[in-house]
Amino acid sequence: MTRTATPHRPGGSESGRDGFPRVLHAEWTKFRTVPGWVSGTVTAALLVVLFAALAGISADQKDAPPVPIGPGGGPVTDSFYFVHRPLTGNGGVTVSVSALHSLIPTGPADLRPGAVPWAKAGLIIKDGTRPGSPYAAIMVTGGHGVRMQDGYVHDTAGPSGPATAASPRWLRLDRTGDTITGHASTDGTHWTKVRTVHVTGLGPTAHIGLFVASPPSVHGMGTRGTVSTAVFEDLRVHGHGGGGWTGEQVGPDSPTFAGYLANTTGSFTGSGGRLTVTGAGDVAPAVRETLPTGGTLADILTGTFAALVAVTVVAALSITTEYRTGLIRLTLTAGPSRARVLLAKAVVLGGVTFAAGLAGALLAVPLGERLARTNGVYVFPATSATELRVQLGTAATLATASILALSLGAVLRHGAGAVTAAIVALVLPHLLTAVPFMPADASNWLARVTPAAAFSVQQTLERPHQVTSIYTPYNGYYPLAPGAGFAVLAAYAAVTLAVAAVLLRRRDA
Amino acid sequence: MRSALHAEWTKIRTVSAPLRLLLGGVAATVALSAAAASVATCTSPTCGGDPTRLSLTGVILGQAFVAVLAVQVIAGEYGTGMIRTTLLATPRRTVTLAAKAVTLTGVVTAAGTVAVLGSLLAGRFILPAPSPVDGPALRATVGSILYLTLIALLGLGLATILRDSATSIGTVLGVLYLFPVLAQVIGDPQAQRLLQRAGPMSAGLAVQATTGLDDLPIGPWTGLAVTAGWAAAALFTGGLLLHIRDA
Repeated sequence: MTRTATPHRPGGSESGRDGFPRVLHAEWTKFRTVPGWVSGTVTAALLVVLFAALAGISADQKDAPPVPIGPGGGPVTDSFYFVHRPLTGNGGVTVSVSALHSLIPTGPADLRPGAVPWAKAGLIIKDGTRPGSPYAAIMVTGGHGVRMQDGYVHDTAGPSGPATAASPRWLRLDRTGDTITGHASTDGTHWTKVRTVHVTGLGPTAHIGLFVASPPSVHGMGTRGTVSTAVFEDLRVHGHGGGGWTGEQVGPDSPTFAGYLANTTGSFTGSGGRLTVTGAGDVAPAVRETLPTGGTLADILTGTFAALVAVTVVAALSITTEYRTGLIRLTLTAGPSRARVLLAKAVVLGGVTFAAGLAGALLAVPLGERLARTNGVYVFPATSATELRVQLGTAATLATASILALSLGAVLRHGAGAVTAAIVALVLPHLLTAVPFMPADASNWLARVTPAAAFSVQQTLERPHQVTSIYTPYNGYYPLAPGAGFAVLAAYAAVTLAVAAVLLRRRDA
Repeated sequence: MRSALHAEWTKIRTVSAPLRLLLGGVAATVALSAAAASVATCTSPTCGGDPTRLSLTGVILGQAFVAVLAVQVIAGEYGTGMIRTTLLATPRRTVTLAAKAVTLTGVVTAAGTVAVLGSLLAGRFILPAPSPVDGPALRATVGSILYLTLIALLGLGLATILRDSATSIGTVLGVLYLFPVLAQVIGDPQAQRLLQRAGPMSAGLAVQATTGLDDLPIGPWTGLAVTAGWAAAALFTGGLLLHIRDA
């Protein structure tokens, strides 16, 4: 023990006798001299690393087909039925869409007509049929009117309403160098420009043509593949290229494509200027549901749950042990300002836990990522700033959870109760979201109001508005932003700490 | 043994905490079950749902209360030093532990029956397609009560080994809740299934299933046997350590 570590000066100011630095120093000394508490905190950090290693090692996807990567670097779904021909240099294509119908399975080998809001049928210019290659497209959708999309992530709305035989939609797509312009019309004569986009990476000869995509539809906790059929009329191409139309399924073996339903397949048939095209799949950013084999930083940091158990035990013990041994009376005699004693405990515990949690997370993330990638697992990309936020957030969550457990320990003066309350509040919501048939609303409600909201600090996935999927905490999508989620836990901890301070002052020790 | 039993019963009866924990556990079980039944979207077997299992969701919360009670039965005595008086009164230590186990089994079975039947009753009122009363439903009902009792014995065993209430409850809840969480991130399907079979909670709660038994990682009764194995191992080790260690 070094006296120099104490800012307290003998004979100093009056407040120095029970000054905060002195109380803090006393609490720090208590903490570091109890072997169980130190080893418990170290164990928490090790558990984070151990689980990351386990998650990384256990996966084996070396033989899995590569995940298509879009021009932006993110994973994409690029599987659709493409009726195409080459187009060299500048040119364009026009068509009218007079129907788009989707089939959804209601049972084994039982398909019923249904609504697939993001079923797509329209025109596309694409560098080639390689999944992930650049493109621009204008399309009619099942429930979102005409859209112009490019680069898998960009989406612009055109005229609304569905395409029917009575009210078809005319679509036009023109290429001038790297510039693609999409037009839409409801009568074939009056055109409105939807958008002009710059597509980099289009070769001198691109592929141009019709496409139909049909993304999975959400049912309860799962999704079901769908298949859609569109009727096209008045297909006209201007520009060089030539050759006949070729029908082809893009990305049939892509991991982001679940394949066709039984007894269905992609196809195109033509008669009398009418082309009927059937397709499945999607041209969109990949989400967790379409790429279930992908890993996230939250998966790698699953050890946070285990660490949480260790941390809450240490935190609860750091106050309930004092009650059990009677040391609390000595502590309160030495530092009569009871709120300060509690605050000092919170600062020491929070600081130590934060340091241990950060060390664990800083080690676990690169280790887990490396092991997972070695085993062929695709890890959803995150910028280094996001990665740092996840690591700092994990450490802060553990630290705040320890303060919550400490406060609960001070309120209940009962270690088991405090530990149980903290663990149930933080771990149980995560388990409940994994209960089959728990609707997304209920999961998201749990991730909003319980202290488990703090796990949103680990989210790295963004939900694209143009993909219908199951956006639940279980899949890595949190209803609250990382900061807001953490604030929920912090609020619980702050309120409990305040209650603990009041009770500590009012009650006899 | 009779006097030891009488002593344990008096202890558990005359302190307010056990009763509060049991009532809290019953309330929490029924409340969570009712909440789960009222928010679930797929509630009938026609869409692959399992109304009986859904009605018993609350058990995963109720077991936490049961575990706290079980841990307190012995770790609480270590905390206050009461254990030395207890062992002085009944020098045969395994008898003491057996008396505690029997008393605990009795009160948890009683409370568990109320909680499980309450949950099922709530499910019958809430669900549009209530669970049928048949063989599998009876198995789920009896199995859930037995499960809660086994969790109590597991808690008692671990607390006898660890002797500190906070550490014990952390270990019990860690063992219960972490297996399913870990199983989610294990990439290898075989290792994942193994974890689900080995975990006391993921295996034991298989007894609640009434439909889709083929998709379960483990059979209903076999799963409960895994939980029983955990409880027996913990109690045996606890009994051994109680016998050879100084209190």
